[in-house]
Amino acid sequence: MIRAITGFLVAVVLLATPVWAQRAADPMLIRAAVLRVDAQTLRPISRLELPTADLGFAGARLAIEDNDTTGRFMGQDFEAQEVATGPDGANAALDSLIGAGIAFIVVLADDQTTLALADRAGDRATILNARARGDALRGADCRANIIHVAPSHAMIADALAQFLMWKNWPRWFLVEGSHPADTDLADAYRRAASKFGAKIVETRVYEDTGGARRTDSGHVQVQKQMPVFTQRAPAYDVMIAADDSDVFAPYLPYQTWDPRPVAGSVGLVPRTWHPAMEAWGASQFQNRFEELAGRPMREVDYQTWLALRMIGEAATRTGSADPAVLRDFLLSDRFEVAGFKGQKLTIRDWDQQLRQPILLTTGDLMASVSPQGQYLHQVSQLDTLGIDRPETECSF
Amino acid sequence: MRYLPTLVLCLAAAPAMANRVFVTNEKSNDVTVLDSDTQEVIGTYPVGNRPRGITISPDGTKLYVCASDDDLVRVFDPETMEELYTLPSGPDPELFVLHPSGNPLYIANEDDNLVTVIDTQTRKVLAEIPVGVEPEGMGVSPDGRVVINTSETTNMAHFIDTESFQIFANVLVDSRPRFAEYNRDGTKLYVSAEIGGTVSVIDPSTQQIIDKIGFEIPGVLPEAIQPVGVRVTDDGSRVFVALGPANRVAVIDGKSDEVRDYLLVGQRVWQMAFTPDQKYLFTTNGNSNDVSIIDVAREKVVKSIPVGQQPWGVVIAPGPH
Repeated sequence: MIRAITGFLVAVVLLATPVWAQRAADPMLIRAAVLRVDAQTLRPISRLELPTADLGFAGARLAIEDNDTTGRFMGQDFEAQEVATGPDGANAALDSLIGAGIAFIVVLADDQTTLALADRAGDRATILNARARGDALRGADCRANIIHVAPSHAMIADALAQFLMWKNWPRWFLVEGSHPADTDLADAYRRAASKFGAKIVETRVYEDTGGARRTDSGHVQVQKQMPVFTQRAPAYDVMIAADDSDVFAPYLPYQTWDPRPVAGSVGLVPRTWHPAMEAWGASQFQNRFEELAGRPMREVDYQTWLALRMIGEAATRTGSADPAVLRDFLLSDRFEVAGFKGQKLTIRDWDQQLRQPILLTTGDLMASVSPQGQYLHQVSQLDTLGIDRPETECSF
Repeated sequence: MRYLPTLVLCLAAAPAMANRVFVTNEKSNDVTVLDSDTQEVIGTYPVGNRPRGITISPDGTKLYVCASDDDLVRVFDPETMEELYTLPSGPDPELFVLHPSGNPLYIANEDDNLVTVIDTQTRKVLAEIPVGVEPEGMGVSPDGRVVINTSETTNMAHFIDTESFQIFANVLVDSRPRFAEYNRDGTKLYVSAEIGGTVSVIDPSTQQIIDKIGFEIPGVLPEAIQPVGVRVTDDGSRVFVALGPANRVAVIDGKSDEVRDYLLVGQRVWQMAFTPDQKYLFTTNGNSNDVSIIDVAREKVVKSIPVGQQPWGVVIAPGPH
């Protein structure tokens, strides 16, 4: 607490004083790392989604450029080490980063790995979760040393649910995958349905039996299997695909037995970023990224950029490079950051989840943004997305 | 229909000077020209790709338009709307400000973290000044000695000496600063912050924030209140702030920095310009594709006029046409 107050005072003094261009010769160094844990998985169904070697890291490079440009005026210099490893090497990579004195580690990994790394780091480092979306990680399994930059399953499910209710499409046919992450996502849609008054009229599990993905005759099989899989459903307005594992969802549009739209993991997709987004000054941001990376920006790039920008913002506002000062500022009610979403993004104190609008995107465009205008909240409209304070299972 | 202009004249009470009003339409790539007296559209003219910032020389003979997607500034004859020549602006010019003498022109290059200084006579680049990330707002002190640039992602107002082209101070303000405007006697500098939702009042002599203006509108979500354009009356008594998707212009007391009123205008109100007699303030409303006209003395919105697609910037000719 005393540390928090000190941080606050420092910030106030800085705000009241003009920041001069000419600073002390040695800029203060703010260090972070991006640790990407690449699990062994099948290649994605669509080759457009193939991972790139610089996935996430490209977002980090842009964030460091942005932070350094500001840092020139503050006498601050930023760096982010990039480490990609398989699951077996994750612990050693984390130890080595912490051993090198890095106290902020952006982790790009699944839920289980993120949790394990956070527990291993303990009070030696703050983990910025920029990929894992599981609700348990923010609920029963929450940890005080994780800040969640990636949105939760509950947030993206609520974002889609609000839009579907605005459309007056309350009857859902939920198709969920057979892996635990798919179940977690499907649970989020079940929760969203009861929260916003939709009715799940049918649920089916699409078993992952292996199968021939992306073979020469794959489309023939898909064209026959998907109508059969989706036939004889009660009357519904929209099909929701909960396919976190990328097993079946891309096969669904136009192949359903009934002529119905598909949303969720495919079709109208709730997400943090889309390369066609140009609202709120995003055009310049997209341009900067594409110039640097030579490809469009993906969600993981955006989330990594945002995580490092949060550290940059804390350093700018506090004028400090001390990890404890930065961490306290990030978790204080004074923290806010702009992320090309048309409003400030802040952190929920009950589970350390970043509040953020969620884009609803079709293939080529952003179709809408949630929260939808009609859903109000006594604290922040953004808290209509995800787990609110009274519902949280998190206690630090 | 012939009685309409007469009716407007009567409403305006005293005979007003007729000035040309120029509105850039970001999405339809043209400028709508209006008559400030009849308050009707004179014509619409193509001006290049993605026109945003717009200004006019003090003698009213040259109209400057930031053609953002053409990476240059196009210069027009305000009477004929013929293109005279172009100026090298650097990439993605968004907003600019003219020195009070009419030369040079200071341009924010949003994609390149630069402010480019252009001699409007020789049409040469005088300087490129590195600033923060996504430079946007540009203001100039009444004596012409200081140019202000705001950088949207760095969140600073950079004070630039117009003699040396050096930054001599940086003031940290709230998130996404969009616009910088001095009052006429140079005692206050107003910097709007779109995401922060505030206007910082800065003492230019000490470069300190002396006040921070917040906004609260019953029935409007706080997230929708996004201050962008700022204009100050010549006597400094009132400050008008465009609040973006809140669809309102705030009227602020220039002495106490207190909000006096909120005026309902079109959707996503962005930039504003006074008529030279300061009787009217024109606002661009990007999402409703129109301009609103505010009667400055009465603090009332008196008319809205449809223009092109996504109106962005506005400037009014200094003399009658």
